[in-house]
Amino acid sequence: MDILYSIFIDPFAQMIGAPDLLVQTLWDGLVGGMLYALIALGFVLIFKASGVFNFAQGIMVVFAGLTLVGLYEAGVPAFIALALAIAVMYGLAFAVERVVLRPLVNQPDIILFMATFGITYFLIGFGEFVFGGDPKVMITDDLYLPKGSFNVKMLGGIVNFQRLDIVAVVVASIMVAALAVFFSKTRIGRALRAVADSHSAALSVGISLEQIWVIVWFAAGLVALVTGIFWGARSNVSFALEVIALKALPVLILGGFTSIPGAIVGGLIIGVGEKLAEFYWGPLVGGGTDAWFAYVIALVFLLFRPQGLFGEKIIERV
Amino acid sequence: MRAPGGSQGGREAVAGDILLSVEDVSLSFGGVKAVSGVSFDIRKGEIRAIIGPNGAGKTSMLNVINGFYHPQQGRITFKGEARPRMRPHDAAHGGIARTFQNVALFRGMSALDNIMAGRTLKMNANFFWQMLRYGPAMREEVEHRHKVEEIIDFLKIQEIRRTPVGRLPYGLQKRVELGRALAMEPELLLLDEPMAGMNLEEKEDMSRYILDMNDYFGTTVALIEHDMGVVMDLSDRVVVLDHGIKIADGTPDEIKGNQAVIDAYLGVAH
Amino acid sequence: MLYREAGQFKTSYASDQAIFPILQDRIGIVVILAVAFTLPLYADDFIVNAVMIPFLIFSLAAIGLNLLTGYTGQLSLGTGAFMGVGAYACYKLTTIWPDVNIIVWVVCSGFFSAAVGAVFGLPSLRIKGFYLAIATLAAQFFLEWCFIRIPWLYNENISGAIEVPQRELFNIIVTGPRATAETRYYVVLCLVVAMTWIASNLMHGRIGRTWMAVRDMDIAAELMGIRLLPTKLMAFAVSSFYCGVAGALMVFLWYGGAEPAVFNINQSFTILFMIIIGGLGSLLGSFLGAALIYVLPIALRFGPELLGLHMHAATVEHVTFMVVGILIIFFLIAEPAGLARLWQIGKQKLRVWPFPY
Repeated sequence: MDILYSIFIDPFAQMIGAPDLLVQTLWDGLVGGMLYALIALGFVLIFKASGVFNFAQGIMVVFAGLTLVGLYEAGVPAFIALALAIAVMYGLAFAVERVVLRPLVNQPDIILFMATFGITYFLIGFGEFVFGGDPKVMITDDLYLPKGSFNVKMLGGIVNFQRLDIVAVVVASIMVAALAVFFSKTRIGRALRAVADSHSAALSVGISLEQIWVIVWFAAGLVALVTGIFWGARSNVSFALEVIALKALPVLILGGFTSIPGAIVGGLIIGVGEKLAEFYWGPLVGGGTDAWFAYVIALVFLLFRPQGLFGEKIIERV
Repeated sequence: MRAPGGSQGGREAVAGDILLSVEDVSLSFGGVKAVSGVSFDIRKGEIRAIIGPNGAGKTSMLNVINGFYHPQQGRITFKGEARPRMRPHDAAHGGIARTFQNVALFRGMSALDNIMAGRTLKMNANFFWQMLRYGPAMREEVEHRHKVEEIIDFLKIQEIRRTPVGRLPYGLQKRVELGRALAMEPELLLLDEPMAGMNLEEKEDMSRYILDMNDYFGTTVALIEHDMGVVMDLSDRVVVLDHGIKIADGTPDEIKGNQAVIDAYLGVAH
Repeated sequence: MLYREAGQFKTSYASDQAIFPILQDRIGIVVILAVAFTLPLYADDFIVNAVMIPFLIFSLAAIGLNLLTGYTGQLSLGTGAFMGVGAYACYKLTTIWPDVNIIVWVVCSGFFSAAVGAVFGLPSLRIKGFYLAIATLAAQFFLEWCFIRIPWLYNENISGAIEVPQRELFNIIVTGPRATAETRYYVVLCLVVAMTWIASNLMHGRIGRTWMAVRDMDIAAELMGIRLLPTKLMAFAVSSFYCGVAGALMVFLWYGGAEPAVFNINQSFTILFMIIIGGLGSLLGSFLGAALIYVLPIALRFGPELLGLHMHAATVEHVTFMVVGILIIFFLIAEPAGLARLWQIGKQKLRVWPFPY
């Protein structure tokens, strides 16, 4: 009975007993989840437009952050380094299209998926080769990002908010809104959706696939850069983040591979879910549950709702 | 080839009991009705054609018989037994084989392995002997290789045994696919457009194989085909679908004269 | 001219169904085996211990993954964890029953990882491709967590690592720090040869055909009467069995001890890259891929030094990553069937040499 009590009753009693802690946990989960969502967003952009499941998205986040900090450390002023990092992400998009996507066009999805493993490894090796393998500190001050935190008294306790996190949430929201406008209102955005529906149909009405691919990979690169800046500011910039970046995959399973709102909601659910699970139930099994919690949730989802929360039902034609 | 409409009398005598019957079957995807209220039967030993314009629900009908789709309404009786939740592998156990409209071969395997795969159900050496590839496993392998070689001879594809099927031209792929289905020694063989995209010569070859197979092995055949000449020549009875509804059923001669069929193909002002 | 099948007529289907129907291939295999079994006589300890043993173990793991991914078409990113299950199972078994022959436990540990693999293979009924890959990530991270958080698995060692006790086989020390490189090499070699032979037998028979049928066209396979779930689960189980044995061998006969980090996601990737580069759906490819991926860092470390250049260990690692990444993309573009296909093309050329037309 003890075990049942500690699973089903005690955690909820704690939540009600100390609501400030609950709010704090929820907030931390939301911020973490938003970063997962941003990585997942990069995945969705590329998947929607090219049908490529880009495993390298997580690494692109680290690579972008590393480029920014690496250039700064090499003596480039912060905002010029930022501009250069954007240029590097464009170069990467261009190179990926030329070297990887174009020769592999019309190959099975799974081959393209595995090719992105190649991109992942290349970027890890290249990034460390050029900028060194040591963890780096994000240049928050020079980019005029706020730091420090403030406390808010609520619910009979104190909840702590990092200023940086609030800015991150605002910037992420603006970025998602901008992307939504881009997709629905601009000419290129409409072309992107056309490509997502059918490659050959898009080709036949005169849309250049090459150009579209460069654009989406570049857009994903920009998202990666923004994610890299905020993530790097929370911890360090190093390829150890790779394992955390993989968490975007379960987020995608929850949200569906083609839905931007899905990526956001999925990210938040995973972020909050794993924080709550770790904080209230983790101690029962010795902690560290956030290493696998997201994947197990995804697994359960895969079994019961493979198309995700927002994805369309997949009807397999025989 | 058989003279059009000439020998049906003789063939009717061959065709015996009802092998499979489709009763009042309806199938829809979401709101789209693919098949509604269709009934027909297939008799043992006959060649039964299912025809109709594009989107008439022919392939869906085969998929229902196969167990890929389960009809929302109606039932399928095979060998006197109704199996409402039949899965495709149950159909295979029961003796139903199938070829596909777009060739569905195992592309990474050789023609020989593809046809050998058709024998899977007839092989039963256990894991242990399979591991050693000795004793029962090896005996079985050789025994079934004999059967498969018979089929290879029958279809005249000796030269391409070892070729990965992905590299074969379309016509030969269709032939290998037929071989794979034959290797299952089915009682009922469903052919989905076996002659699509073939030239005249290939069509004649394929027609010959279908007739021979029906004669020698006594395989009952249900086929979908767009080439009316082929259908009228080959089949004993024809069922015509249009927009998921059966509009005619009978011998090729009857079908030829049927006004509803002519309308469906040529279109009428509604 | 030397490599010809002309004049070698098959008089029975049994001989035509043989795994190496061409005489020269059979001779080649015998030569390779002879070299492998006499290697310690003329190679030094470094070659045996630091090159051959890991190469064979990685090859075995690559075969395991290839059975699942290359032959059955189910992409798995949990190889490292399945290897870990084998290693920890073997460790528990031999510490609970120390008197039983260690080789028995190494093989038995495969059954444990087979069972775990089959459980994590269950989602393969409903999902495929990268969806399944993500599901196997759940196995990877969950099992890795178990290796860290369940002290019972490593006998409550303070270090959190497992250390291989000394075990004997026919009075010869096989495991532990006092076992010689030759002994360990022979044990690994025998197991790897036997298991490769079994894998080859399986893949050339009915089981191999059903697996490949599921890989190439699952719908048509179902129509041949192949039940998808049992087939896929069996592939998961057999594959994990191989990976588990490889994991046990890795800890017991190579490292001599292991931390959970040995079985992390990077290990899974390493094995996956071996089969992509070596050749999906090819046993030979598993060996070639393992050789290339494992030898590459060694070559990068010592190659430039021979030329008088000095490279940092870290730099070597970075360059290895880059080269592996490039190789993967290169092989997927140029020769998706990997090194094994290149080998085949080479053989085909040799067969018609010197008159190619």
